[in-house]
Amino acid sequence: MIEAHGLVKRYGSTMAVNDLSFSIRPGMVTGFLGPNGAGKTTTMRMILGLDAPTQGSVTVGGRSYRDLPAPMREVGALLDAKALHGGRQARDHLLCLARSNGIPSSRVDEVLRIVGLESAARRQAKGLSLGMGQRLGIASALLGDPAVLIFDEPVNGLDPDGIHWIRTLMRQLAAEGRTVLVSSHLMSEMALTADHLLVIGKGQLIADTSVDEFVRSSSQQSVHVRSPQAAELAALCRDAGATVRAGSTSRAAAAPVAGTDIGTGSDVIEVTGMDNAEVGRLAAGHGFVLFELIPVRASLEEAFMELTRESVDYQAVGATR
Amino acid sequence: MTEATIALARRDHQAAYRASTFADVLGSEWVKLRSVRSTFWALTVTVVLGIGLGAVISAATAHAYARLSASGKLSWDPTGISQSGVAIASVAIVVLGVLCVSSEYSSGMIRTSLIAVPKRGRVLAAKSLVFAVATFVVGEVVCFAAFFVGQALISGHAPHAALGDPGVARAVVGGGLYLAVLAVLSVAAGALLRHAAAAITCMVAVLFVLPGIAQALPDSWRNPVTEFWPTQAGSQLTNVYHSAHTLQPWPGFGVMCLFVALVYGIAWTLLDRRDA
Repeated sequence: MIEAHGLVKRYGSTMAVNDLSFSIRPGMVTGFLGPNGAGKTTTMRMILGLDAPTQGSVTVGGRSYRDLPAPMREVGALLDAKALHGGRQARDHLLCLARSNGIPSSRVDEVLRIVGLESAARRQAKGLSLGMGQRLGIASALLGDPAVLIFDEPVNGLDPDGIHWIRTLMRQLAAEGRTVLVSSHLMSEMALTADHLLVIGKGQLIADTSVDEFVRSSSQQSVHVRSPQAAELAALCRDAGATVRAGSTSRAAAAPVAGTDIGTGSDVIEVTGMDNAEVGRLAAGHGFVLFELIPVRASLEEAFMELTRESVDYQAVGATR
Repeated sequence: MTEATIALARRDHQAAYRASTFADVLGSEWVKLRSVRSTFWALTVTVVLGIGLGAVISAATAHAYARLSASGKLSWDPTGISQSGVAIASVAIVVLGVLCVSSEYSSGMIRTSLIAVPKRGRVLAAKSLVFAVATFVVGEVVCFAAFFVGQALISGHAPHAALGDPGVARAVVGGGLYLAVLAVLSVAAGALLRHAAAAITCMVAVLFVLPGIAQALPDSWRNPVTEFWPTQAGSQLTNVYHSAHTLQPWPGFGVMCLFVALVYGIAWTLLDRRDA
């Protein structure tokens, strides 16, 4: 359980984190999502006592991180897998961390086995590949067998095999009843791993919701309709309380079927606020002919971009949608 | 890699863990110190320079003893001559002391260390203590070895010293103590400045450059500097003979300890307050 109350972090005139409050519950993977520079790492650093909040507080298991009697036994963290002395052997790196929290050295060999680094135990950290370095970082997080785990962008730069491994590990850790907080700037990644989402942008909380809820509430769900009586149908839908705009032909064009005549656009409408069944019944009730009736659901990635569009610090020219 | 089974340990030892202690952090810092190569090299240099240079200088000056003037013979200091390699060897200690902190900053290890031990004062205290004790042990070995080798080379050519002579045992033991306090100062400087180049430059300035500049000043300036400059004052503990405008051995060493305590206090406060 991680709880933040009115967390603020200011660096000079830059507001990195602005009045963030949340609680992260055990037994599930919570995705910490936001564009680059949104304040994810800063927030994690405050949770782990590396940065002092300008205002507010954050606790782990009810206590401030610095007050934990043996921090690694309660919180395992991987902020940056490269944050180690490159000249030290992998096993020695884990051993010095284990010693500091009174963790027996037998556990060092155990975590090396769990992450599959037994054969690299005597290799210098700087000689490890990116994926192996990431595994070493995860091994250090698992050392204290903690109830809370915090990972900052753990899959960055990994190959599909490594990504799959980390994803499986997160799911398993959560299934064991642990609190798992994983940051990412990739919605698609979170969709596969997380149960719950904390979305931030420009240091502020944008959403605190389950993944399903997030998609349902933030995605523009609409119905794509092509009909020769599109104009009349549009009027009826508006009367029924829905929003209607002239649709593009892109849906049909994206999957052209031989023999279908590609619409010019004038016979296509996009209806939001009604589902496809409602639109279909309405059309049938008036004897309208429908060529296409397609429920359209924005992808998670689109939903995320929609949500954080306002809060992206730097946006390339031409990237505006 | 077997994907299906990520055999995580059963969480039975979770319930009964004990709080982390300062002794745990000491153990951790000891692992850190012994698991990097720079430690081995720096201590090897300390031993080789401390004993070897002392031996060379002892042999050379002993052969020149016969040609010394009367006043030169009067100020003949066989203990000091045998220990003359220690001052140079101290540079290796300074570099290693600075590096054992600054390398954590340059590599990012400091963040991993402070997440493991968020009570930051403990990290600094354990690091200083472990390094000071290691330096003390190596320092005493070097000082005693340099003394015995030096006296063996001097004897037969010039008057030599024995550990039982007044002040000699204190001076030889003092060499290790001086290095140990210097070790703490180096760690504190590393923690304070966080960059190896800056910290080593400052340490060399404190040890050699500023006292050297003081020699060029008029007496009214030079005398208080040679008397109270922390490393000058502290090194009185390693001298058998007392010269003008210097503190007595133990008060001098006390001045150095006070100075180191002050720097350490500032380093401690900043480490605790700064974002890591």
